[in-house]
Amino acid sequence: MNYLNSPFFHTYVLPVLYGAIIVAVLPLLAGYIVLVERKVMADMQARLGPMRVGPHGLLQPIADALKLLIKEDIIPEKADRFLFWMAPVLSVGMALLAYAAIPFGPVFQVADLNVGLLFILAISSLGIYGIVLGGWASNSHYSLLGALRSAAQLVSYETAAGLGIVSALVWAGSLSMKAIVQAQYDRGIWFIAYVPVGFFIYLVGSIAETNRAPFDLPEAESELVAGYMTEYSGFRWALYFLGEYANMVVVAAVATTLFLGGWLRPFVRYHDHFPGTSIELLDILPTLLFLGAAAYCLRLTPRQPVKIQKMVMAAVAGLCVILAGVMLAALFAPPGVMAGIHGAFWFLAKVGAYIYAFLWFRFTFPRYRFDQLMRLGWRFLIPLALINVIGAATAIVLSEQWGLHPLPAALITSAATLGVAVWLASDGAKAPTTTAETAGGGD
Amino acid sequence: MSEGQRNGGSNVSTTVLGADEIILNMGPQHPSTHGVLRVKLKLDGERVVDSECVIGYLHRGVEKIAEHRSYQQFAPYVDRMDYVAAVSNGLGYCEAVEKLLGTEAPPRAKVVRTILTELQRIASHLVWLGTHALDIGALTPVFYCFREREEILKIFEKYCGARLTTHAFRIGGLQYETYDGFEEDVKRFCEDFDKKIDEYEALLTENRIWVGRTQGVGILTAQDAIALGVTGPVLRASGVKWDIRKAMPYAAYEQYDFEIPTRPNGDTYDRYMVRMQEMRQSRRICLQAIENIPSGPIMARIGKVLKPPPGEVYHAIEAPKGELGYYIVSDSTTQPYRVRVRPPSFINLQAFDKMARGALVADVVAIIGTLDIVLGEVDR
Repeated sequence: MNYLNSPFFHTYVLPVLYGAIIVAVLPLLAGYIVLVERKVMADMQARLGPMRVGPHGLLQPIADALKLLIKEDIIPEKADRFLFWMAPVLSVGMALLAYAAIPFGPVFQVADLNVGLLFILAISSLGIYGIVLGGWASNSHYSLLGALRSAAQLVSYETAAGLGIVSALVWAGSLSMKAIVQAQYDRGIWFIAYVPVGFFIYLVGSIAETNRAPFDLPEAESELVAGYMTEYSGFRWALYFLGEYANMVVVAAVATTLFLGGWLRPFVRYHDHFPGTSIELLDILPTLLFLGAAAYCLRLTPRQPVKIQKMVMAAVAGLCVILAGVMLAALFAPPGVMAGIHGAFWFLAKVGAYIYAFLWFRFTFPRYRFDQLMRLGWRFLIPLALINVIGAATAIVLSEQWGLHPLPAALITSAATLGVAVWLASDGAKAPTTTAETAGGGD
Repeated sequence: MSEGQRNGGSNVSTTVLGADEIILNMGPQHPSTHGVLRVKLKLDGERVVDSECVIGYLHRGVEKIAEHRSYQQFAPYVDRMDYVAAVSNGLGYCEAVEKLLGTEAPPRAKVVRTILTELQRIASHLVWLGTHALDIGALTPVFYCFREREEILKIFEKYCGARLTTHAFRIGGLQYETYDGFEEDVKRFCEDFDKKIDEYEALLTENRIWVGRTQGVGILTAQDAIALGVTGPVLRASGVKWDIRKAMPYAAYEQYDFEIPTRPNGDTYDRYMVRMQEMRQSRRICLQAIENIPSGPIMARIGKVLKPPPGEVYHAIEAPKGELGYYIVSDSTTQPYRVRVRPPSFINLQAFDKMARGALVADVVAIIGTLDIVLGEVDR
């Protein structure tokens, strides 16, 4: 027990353990995000999605990973072999490195850097090298065009997303991920209420940064076949995919931490207890959610056509019951453990909701054209983000110097920013759409 | 670059490249060239400087085959040209041979032909809409479109047993009487379909990204369109009100009340709007026709062996993609002396270069999609 409290354990052993868990679990998680994506897509498109491997396709990610592992690995003859090899590794490596600073709850964090947010931003922009180098090293025109698009897109949208982050940072007053969440706890409100426009800008910017639709130009399958990944196959290709989905989780985690209150549960300042205990009323929510999921699975069980599918469905229900039990047991555990488990639950739930929005956009919107993408970035998002930063700063001045309550102050400045947004949007609509000002990779 | 030089002899490949220019081969195996079209693009950055379509990858010599088959034997082959609209192809061929024979299908056959052909037009436009939206990056409409197309194919299947290459009509009329419940099926489909078009339009028509991607893209002026011989929705979206169903009525189209939708700008968005309107009009025609199918025989008395009198005939119909014409020369044997097809896709494809020059790579796929080409028909 003494060892568990020793500084050595906390400084060296735990972070390594956490890191190992992340590296081990993330590929599986990415695979299941793909499955969820396909299921959500199927749901929106009036079909079933993967149904063959396991009940409701639950084993599909494992089958896919196995297939990709044993596929022939092709390197084009005229490719730059070293860079071709390194690019996907770089892409995944940088995505994984960014997880070091992400707090999955108050306890589960590899390192609480005092520049945590800057570290994540810096590392995830390095990941773009994986795409650019991969596209260049393939020695194919499609790949090259995809890589050029990707580079230009990242430069444009990271600026906007960064400025969106700044608007929340002025409220948080710190770059440490833990301190940002703490600031939201202290104010008793998520920062999305203070800077809704900043959240919107970061949402758009993060979609563009992760090359997701409607900004998936670097891999636009109908134009550039597969963009920078055209020449990749087998497991290198899978690495790119892993990198993309890992990055999605990173941007979702940043958005959750900054705007959605991180690991805090809703109504975090509501402290009523169950009578006679020290358990807060709202802390029962995760248990109830899992029990609901279990009930839903049990209802589906008799409808499964094959016996093994019934068994697996029942097993999923059982898993949900176990998780509900864990959530319930955590309430009686020491406060640190309880906060860790429930914090992780809320954090992952918010990350999941953010990723769901990504998927939803992907299946709803057509793809932007390159010049339109650039126009949206430079003519709309970046000016809006700059004004939004000024608005957030003004709101702070209003609340701290003039004594206004922060929420109305933030509302006033957000409304003003929205007015600017409407003006910018109508101005953007007037711009000619027939003649593109930018062509090719350069802007 | 070396790829382009190796395939020399064409204008894109042999022109000297500027320092910033590259040649990009799109197709014949590319997700968005709708089959085996190959487009050579000379690009400056992402802007198209020059383009060239390479066709012929699906050439099967359909016209030559016709010279060695009897008139009836050749009818199934025409279904394989525009395989997305097989019924329309069959109608054009059957009517052309009937004209050559100097006979006509009975009234009942004509009405049933009209209904099936209009359903086929809807089905063809649905395939176009789904793939066009998919090319522009909207992943979802294609599944909605295919869901409705499935209903039409089910009607075809119930009627003649085939779904895609139907061979639904025979020279002189129809081989099969309509099945029990045909009217109800068509009526049910048509009554629901209006709401379904609203659904597609809700996803696309006022979507900012969709409008941005299609408005002002691939503009074709009325003058250019006429000079290039473009027909069908592509022509009508350039503001020319020309539809063979009205201009030179065939089948039973004279009896029905419908409009020819046109749009003034000739861009990709207008072509989209014209086709959406056409689906609504086709639905209107079907609803009118289904109310009053005359009774009577379904086959004209033409005999088993067809030996048309010597001579030649040109007969054109308004296929979903434009004017589909058959020029048939008879030497009074059982086999045609020559069959020449005027496929709408082939001729509309000629407008590609005009539309694509100065566009971006992303526009190229939008333009290929908006032309609504089927390579089986282009290459024959």
